Amino acid sequence: MTVTDDNTNAVPTPDNNLNDNKPVGYGRMLRKEDPRFVRGLGQYCDDVELPGMLHLAILRSPMAHARIVNIDKSAAEAHPKVKAVITGADLAEQGLAWMPTLSNDVQAVLATDKVRFQHQEVAFVVAEDRYSARDALELIDVEYEYIKPVVDVRKAMDPESAIIRDDLEGKEDNYCFKWETGDKEATEAVFANADVTVKEEVVYPRVHPAPMETCGCVADVDRVSGKLTLWSTTQAPHAHRTVYALVSGLPEHKIRVIAPDIGGGFGNKVPIYPGYVCAIVASLVIGKPVKWMEDRTENLVSTGFARDYVMQGEIAATKDGKIQAIRTHVLADHGAFNGTAAPLKYPAGFFGVFTGSYDIDAAYCDMDAVYTNKAPGGVAYACSFRITEAVYLVERIVDCLAYELDMDPAELRLKNFIQPEQFPYESKTGWVYDSGDYEPAMRKAMDMIGYDDLRAEQAEKRAKGELMGIGISFFTEAVGAGPRKDMDILGLGMADGCELRIHPTGKAVVRLSVKTQGQGHETTFAQIIAEELGIAPDDIDVVHGDTDNTPFGLGTYGSRSTPVSGAAAALVARKIREKAHIISSGMLEASVADIEWVKGSFQVKGDPEKSVTIQDVAMRAHGAGDLPQGIEGGLDASVCYNPDNLTYPFGAYICVVDVDPGTAEVKVRRFVAVDDCGTQINPMIIEGQVHGGLTDGVGMALMEMISFDEEGNCLNSTLMDYLIPTAMEVPDWETGHTVTPSPHHPIGAKGIGESATVGSPPAVVNAVVDALKPYGIRHADMPLTPSRVWEAMQGNHTPPI
Amino acid sequence: MQVPAPFEYERATSVDHAIELLNRLGSEARIIAGGHSLLPMMKLRMAAPEYIIDINDLSAELQYINISDNEIRIGALTRHQQLLESDELAAALPIFRDAEKVIADPVVRNKGTLGGSLCQADPSEDLSAVCDALDASCVIKGLDGERMVSMHDFHRGPYETAVADGEMLTEVRIPLRPNSSSAYHKVERRAGDWAVASAGAAVTMDGDVIADGRVGLCAVGPNLTNIEPISEALRGQAPSEELYARVGQIAADNSSPNTDTRGTAAYKTHLAKELTIRSLRKAVARATGTDTGAVA
Ligand SMILES: Cc1cc2nc3c(=O)[nH]c(=O)nc-3n(C[C@H](O)[C@H](O)[C@H](O)COP(=O)(O)OP(=O)(O)OC[C@H]3O[C@@H](n4cnc5c(N)ncnc54)[C@H](O)[C@@H]3O)c2cc1C
Repeated sequence: MTVTDDNTNAVPTPDNNLNDNKPVGYGRMLRKEDPRFVRGLGQYCDDVELPGMLHLAILRSPMAHARIVNIDKSAAEAHPKVKAVITGADLAEQGLAWMPTLSNDVQAVLATDKVRFQHQEVAFVVAEDRYSARDALELIDVEYEYIKPVVDVRKAMDPESAIIRDDLEGKEDNYCFKWETGDKEATEAVFANADVTVKEEVVYPRVHPAPMETCGCVADVDRVSGKLTLWSTTQAPHAHRTVYALVSGLPEHKIRVIAPDIGGGFGNKVPIYPGYVCAIVASLVIGKPVKWMEDRTENLVSTGFARDYVMQGEIAATKDGKIQAIRTHVLADHGAFNGTAAPLKYPAGFFGVFTGSYDIDAAYCDMDAVYTNKAPGGVAYACSFRITEAVYLVERIVDCLAYELDMDPAELRLKNFIQPEQFPYESKTGWVYDSGDYEPAMRKAMDMIGYDDLRAEQAEKRAKGELMGIGISFFTEAVGAGPRKDMDILGLGMADGCELRIHPTGKAVVRLSVKTQGQGHETTFAQIIAEELGIAPDDIDVVHGDTDNTPFGLGTYGSRSTPVSGAAAALVARKIREKAHIISSGMLEASVADIEWVKGSFQVKGDPEKSVTIQDVAMRAHGAGDLPQGIEGGLDASVCYNPDNLTYPFGAYICVVDVDPGTAEVKVRRFVAVDDCGTQINPMIIEGQVHGGLTDGVGMALMEMISFDEEGNCLNSTLMDYLIPTAMEVPDWETGHTVTPSPHHPIGAKGIGESATVGSPPAVVNAVVDALKPYGIRHADMPLTPSRVWEAMQGNHTPPI
Repeated sequence: MQVPAPFEYERATSVDHAIELLNRLGSEARIIAGGHSLLPMMKLRMAAPEYIIDINDLSAELQYINISDNEIRIGALTRHQQLLESDELAAALPIFRDAEKVIADPVVRNKGTLGGSLCQADPSEDLSAVCDALDASCVIKGLDGERMVSMHDFHRGPYETAVADGEMLTEVRIPLRPNSSSAYHKVERRAGDWAVASAGAAVTMDGDVIADGRVGLCAVGPNLTNIEPISEALRGQAPSEELYARVGQIAADNSSPNTDTRGTAAYKTHLAKELTIRSLRKAVARATGTDTGAVA
């Protein structure tokens, strides 16, 4: 089923955005969490103040690769306000110098033998205030012995490159892992016989999630009970707690992880960082609460980066534009430690969906992942586990094909879509797309932007020497990890719990395992419960981000909250409704079969006068008097939802840019985004997610990149050097949608949190490259800064790494 | 949160008091105006002055835009925002509004000052190029009284000015001439970013010819003040696209930018030319009353 019309009846206008509705269920409504945020009353980690709390600061390496010869901490220890100075050697005595990463590699908490990236953690100071802690760092004297760093990913495997991970036994090269997917021979055969093949190197540079709030924590070990309470910037509080238990030996019930309000995550707050471990150790050792908050530079230079893929893209097609095969070799830069956050069996995340939205005959990818002397990471930065890279590759290479065939890129895509009747569709790399209907989304985007008129305008402009480009991207994501038979992180299955309790007066509290970082869970989840039970969202408290008070689950990233926990919320509400149904039969003195559910109340069929509300039932469930045979009192339930499959949201994006021929500045003039995330819970929140992601995409396409000099020094250590787009760089977003529900999800919803970040960079890049067509340009890599665009116009395009 | 190293704080009650403090506290003392250059450097611990002398209370003495027939005097503590908003200034010297629209962001502009910008002397700082194009002079005050230096003499190199220990900048003076106008063009990677390169031009017309013209460049090399060959090339010439192109080429030839994350040296050199051409074209159009208001 595809519904292209708005499923809410009214359409927002400039005068009334319809957001302030009060639906009992799905629809536009203002976010329940916003009143505290817009008043500046959010409670973030750094707002946690405890009596006697101390402050921790981390000394970082100035060099990218060096042996630690000696550390003299005596001057720092003599500082009157310093309580402790801890080095890697100190941690090693406790067996705590190394910790596991989310990819089963290990990472140094504090360097012991050598430093492996610039700004790696070397020592920490705990002091009475954060100024003194920071001052004392300058009193620590570290002697380093320089080792030539491995900076160029293309040379990481050269025999003359220094071996970075000599901590790993028997390690004699800088290989991190090799991975492949698809059918090599079948793909070769198709390429050998194809009319047209196109090859292009496509680089997705290293970028940073750069959330507004940096990472940090407050660790408080109770000296009597030994219980650790950790307020921390984490997108996955339960997973973190279990990992802390496994690593530190603290029993799991003696660890409580609280994720208070989080000022943006984007994957940056999925990993466990050395700073968290240092704070825990410090509180254990000193017996006082210890706060560690990164500064902006530390966040940019040391925490999980994203992307950093050099992709050789190849596409094979018939001369009339039927795509037959896609092949790629990827060189992946994982930095000094493999900190990728992805399900364990998927070292390249879900990159396997690089076949995109097209029905093709064969596909193959092989990947070499390597270590370099750069910060570790490879986080799911709003990328649905590397789908960003995959979508960028396929959408860029399809445009290269259109260029070679001299075919309209919209027409080429329309010609190759997976057709609606082919769903569920198994791709050539083994991904089972749950549902999709691509052409209506594509047509809608083309209608909204006025595609034919724009092409006519472009032709006129080109005749006058003006540069205008139109870029298309059509993406399919795989989100909502995931089925526990295939997916786990460090052995923890990716199913989510959910608990719902209806109070006697019919108000409710729902407890989630996932954690909002701005996505609006407190609203969306109340709406899901409201839709199922007819209780108003304002009457439903949403509790999340506290391991002592919520059920187990793997957290919020990879657009998994609605696909996994959203399903759990709907199912737990249905469980309650079933019980309420039985209780209502006692109250109405009718058989269950004769009672029907009309949102919010149970009615005797054919006699609507005889009815009880869900609130009446709640009071009865907790009240006096008999309940139907075999029914316990109370009205609460819990579930653990294990998804059958991922969900596959998709979208059609079209971008229009103008390029100044004299200065090569790119102006994004228009952007239409038509998204299909299945059933929409709150269209306003969806639009918000899309707006944010599109802005992010413009940032990556035009300005963002973490780069290094030849000594491995990070060149983007402040927001003056790592540019994030502002309202000035983006147009008024034009959004639309189609609705193709997920067949296996209880409410048909898919994820939306990352769609726009995934889908928009290729649209912007394709538009810029299209604008430069008069220069004979088929490809140019991000970031398309004025300088890089100008160099491309001079015929001097160089990859960014 | 980034935190600076320890420092002592003094609040000046008058310009004389500030100068007295500067002399008493010695070379480890720094004036703080808007703080938008100094504080980031302190937080990054690239600067660690022992004393900070706050001059923000001195608006009566240092915060003004005074326009007379033949001169504009601007106090050192005048904020970017005032330079942006003053209609009188925009009418006399439109280059200021052109530049201020693309300097930093509203938060920085609300506090950052003309004096701080010039004294910071960052090679990518826009107002030096503006003041250079306008042939401005700087008034520097010390225990021995005031002295006046041209922009050319004011800038000693990147982050270095003629303001000596114990002195401060109090005022910028800009000559006003009839039949004149000015314009500024900047390329940045993003709103609020420092210039990849920028150029400002000021021209005085004498009938159909340019009697006098100057160009100020920013971010394309150190010490790019008072490029004489440009003024020579413009003097007495009728404005034309060929003239602009020739002068643009002189600007490019005098540039010596570095390749960095903002752009390649070749691109910045190209911009020196391109933006010089655009600024001259605009300044002449304004001076001759033929400006259409078009952007480029
Ligand atoms: C995010 C951001 C973006 C920016 N973008 C731009 C831009 O695009 N273009 C641009 O040109 N600038 C830009 N700037 C710089 C900004 O214009 C300057 O930081 C600021 O205006 C300098 O003035 P201030 O009053 O803040 O100086 P302060 O930081 O207070 O002082 C700077 C220096 O000047 C000295 N000083 C100040 N006043 C005097 C005086 N009267 N006499 C002697 N010495 C003095 C101080 O001791 C210090 O050394 C940006 C700054 C930021 C933070």
